[in-house]
Amino acid sequence: MTLTATHLLALTPLILVCATAIVVMLGIAWRRHHTGIAVATAVGLNLALVSLIGVWFMAPLATPMLAVDGLSIFAAVLILVAALACATLGHAYLEHYRGPREEFYLLLLCATAGGLVLAASTHLATLFFGLELLSMPLYGMLAYTYHERRSLEAGIKYLVLSAAATAILLFGMALLYAETGRLDFAGLAAQLSGGPGAWGLAGAALMLMGMGFKLSIVPFHLWTPDVYEGGPGPASTFLASASKVAVFVVLLRLVMAAPAFQDAWLHGVLAVLAVLTMLVGNLLALTQSNLKRLLGYSSIAHFGYLLTALVIGEGLSVEATGVYLVVYMLTTLGAFGVVTLISSPYRGEDAAALHHYRGLFWRRPYLTAVLTVTMLSLAGIPFTAGFIGKFYIIALGVEAGRWWLVGAVIVGSAIGLYYYLRVMVTLYLAEAGMQKRDAPEDWGVRAGGVVVLGVALLIILLGIYPTPMIEWVRIMGGAMLETAG
Amino acid sequence: MTLLWLILIPFVGGLLCWQGERFGDQAPRWIALATMLIELLITLGLWFHGDYHLPQMGTASEATRWSMEWQVAWIPRFGIDVHLALDGLSLVLIALTGFLGMLAVLCSWNEIVRRVGFFHLNLLWILGGVVGVFLAIDLFLFFFFWEMMLVPMYFLIALWGHSGSEGRTRIRAATKFFIYTQASGLLMLVSILGLVFAHHANTGEYSFAYATLLETPLSEGTAMLLMLGFFVAFAVKLPVVPLHGWLPDAHAQAPTAGSVDLAGILLKTAAYGMLRFALPLFPEASQAFAPVAMTLGLVGIFYGALLACGQQDVKRLIAYTSISHMGFVLIGIYAGTELALQGVVMLMVAHAFSAAGLFILSGQLYERLHTRDMREMGGLWGRMGSLPGFSLCFVAASLGMPGTANFLGEFMVLFGSFPAAPWTVVIASGGLVLAAVYSLLLMQRVHFGPAKGEGRFADLDGREYLMMLSILALVLLFGLYPQPLLDTTGAAMLEVQQLFGAVAQSSTLMTGAP
Repeated sequence: MTLTATHLLALTPLILVCATAIVVMLGIAWRRHHTGIAVATAVGLNLALVSLIGVWFMAPLATPMLAVDGLSIFAAVLILVAALACATLGHAYLEHYRGPREEFYLLLLCATAGGLVLAASTHLATLFFGLELLSMPLYGMLAYTYHERRSLEAGIKYLVLSAAATAILLFGMALLYAETGRLDFAGLAAQLSGGPGAWGLAGAALMLMGMGFKLSIVPFHLWTPDVYEGGPGPASTFLASASKVAVFVVLLRLVMAAPAFQDAWLHGVLAVLAVLTMLVGNLLALTQSNLKRLLGYSSIAHFGYLLTALVIGEGLSVEATGVYLVVYMLTTLGAFGVVTLISSPYRGEDAAALHHYRGLFWRRPYLTAVLTVTMLSLAGIPFTAGFIGKFYIIALGVEAGRWWLVGAVIVGSAIGLYYYLRVMVTLYLAEAGMQKRDAPEDWGVRAGGVVVLGVALLIILLGIYPTPMIEWVRIMGGAMLETAG
Repeated sequence: MTLLWLILIPFVGGLLCWQGERFGDQAPRWIALATMLIELLITLGLWFHGDYHLPQMGTASEATRWSMEWQVAWIPRFGIDVHLALDGLSLVLIALTGFLGMLAVLCSWNEIVRRVGFFHLNLLWILGGVVGVFLAIDLFLFFFFWEMMLVPMYFLIALWGHSGSEGRTRIRAATKFFIYTQASGLLMLVSILGLVFAHHANTGEYSFAYATLLETPLSEGTAMLLMLGFFVAFAVKLPVVPLHGWLPDAHAQAPTAGSVDLAGILLKTAAYGMLRFALPLFPEASQAFAPVAMTLGLVGIFYGALLACGQQDVKRLIAYTSISHMGFVLIGIYAGTELALQGVVMLMVAHAFSAAGLFILSGQLYERLHTRDMREMGGLWGRMGSLPGFSLCFVAASLGMPGTANFLGEFMVLFGSFPAAPWTVVIASGGLVLAAVYSLLLMQRVHFGPAKGEGRFADLDGREYLMMLSILALVLLFGLYPQPLLDTTGAAMLEVQQLFGAVAQSSTLMTGAP
């Protein structure tokens, strides 16, 4: 099968992102101009987003290694929006950074391209390629403020552990190849349909392990809090949102497509991991006094909830995953966005310790409102999108009659409340002799402010009227199932 | 549309209060007061113009069940509607909400001096959420409001509460309250979903509508499990004894307005939930569960009363008396006779008044003495103007003195429950003695005995007089002439009774007697 013009057209978003990366690189080589580069990045990402509309009319379409279907378009929207938010936040964050500022956008664009490839991959080769293209720039982004010990530590930690996980993933792929002789998902599915052999099962398990690392599923979660804490704000934001969304989407695709992953034994393991992830993530978050670490643990817990969708894998599963991913991404962008804005412009280590946030409401009321909304959304309280996500997960569990998972979700949420509330109430505690306001008057109209305010507004709107989101996810999910079936 | 406005008015008013802070501290107070007044007036208007009388016996069909209804599609994917409906029961409770809302605003007039706008935002949003709970008959919407009202309540306790000693901080109390109620709420969500999927399995349609789900056939075991999910959520809020841990702390640490709302309205949402959802949705399971529930009610009566006797903190004492009173409510609900159910409504309203009165009085005591510890009080009679006199009135109401609404409520609950569970009633009556004991202990320790200091304290001002007199008037009004209230809620209660299944045919004979 050769590539035709249609195929190329269908890949426009990816091509546009790559082209922007090249433009940015050349731009940097020609002349350093922080705002110019940031604008170029934003324009490129926006163009890619717009081009997705056109691609939607072509879908579903399969190139040899990439699928352009509902799921990949859905993931692309999320990834591009997250990247856009990160670029915007990055601009505010790096404004007064002394070192080179422009390369950050280059790395961001490369990682975005990696995410797009990963989410669309239907072949182990593209999967690997996408995953690496996503991870490699992230090492750089995390260690971007490298004269800061913690940032460098985060980068190197992520590099070492991620490389190990990649090796495991590769080994898994090799085993699958040894068993079947195929690398594309469809071929794998066909070959394994008679029941996977021991090697096939081992390969699938190893691949799950590798991806579990990227999703920081317990027991592969150890890196998460350190890396989240150490990385500069925008990089952590990207790692928590776009990167995780992309990996989860490909995992969903893999699990849906290949019967080796639907093996009963493997499912049992996944269920246990899901329960562990929820409980451990929430329990470890209880004692954190650093907001970024806390968010790290909370994201572990949230992927525990998401795993239930994967474990159940029927009925509302795809829809629930989609809704939950949208909700999770918005909420994460909001929460990390606020942390980044508080720490902007860059002046050394990020202001993430909880005591920085004491009485924030009396200094920066709107930013506090945003953080409150995201905390409520993470906790899954009505009037926020988080509630709709949690509703879906519980509905899914109840429908499938998986009471253990439902029980774990409830216990996890109850534990989670404690630390979300702790953060929330800290924001409102007044302190004697506090400054009245310390925000620049125009912060709200600056790009970073617009992003977090918009995200908070979306969280509330989707919490009150979720129908558009549900419909959109259903259309996308439906399109994906058509191609799969 | 009126129903939607009933919910929206407090929310909008709350936002106005928040922004009104720009015009000084007084602005939010007046706005909040006006908001609740409008809410109350609308409700009273509905009361006078609507017809809430009994439909012909046994013909309560779909069309006549609600006196007002409003519906619009919300999440069609799951058949979720914004479906509001009003009947006599919800009307009475909303009127109560409006009235207590005004009291809550008034009693914090001098107490709250920091962040006035934000305080009233939270206060009004709680009330808005409560009104939503009373009006929603789509289960998803009901749950939505049920959980939503916790957030402003959390802030109310955590930010404006009093920190007690010995690690009993207000934040701890608020967090405890939130986790108890939220976690139990999730159990209810699971039950709701279980019910919806059972309906889905039968008909292939998703629906959260109350009327549709009423007719879902369930196997015995499933019904019991689902009913327990609802029961636990309501039992935490009511509270029923093993699940009451949050209540004393939350009350003791909350600001006066928070306590008034908690005792006056939030506890009533639980009883309302049982009457509206737990019993009608799962009649057989509830019937089977009734002995357990009534036993829990008995335990609550005595546990609450005994612990109340041992408290040193005025507000904790009143909080424990709430547990005791709610024990009667629980017995009445699960007795299920029409008379008992009528008594439950009466008792709920009466308790809202008496508890609110006592909490406001203890708030006023605190403003004057700066302590809530009864060991530092005593001999206040005659040194505080008319405050002790009002205390005596509300204490008398609380212990169920004939002539007050509380007496009628307790009497009707006990009388109505007797055919269903005679021994329970016999034992529960003993609780009335304990009620007298703790009420008089409260009076004795605070207002009589040797004085701990010299001098007089400020008398009640006009605002405080107004509050006390209006509550007292209502307590006496409903105590002496309860018929309007009984007429209004009669139809709704009769329907609960019919859905719950005629417990004993004899109970219908009793209705004519009193």
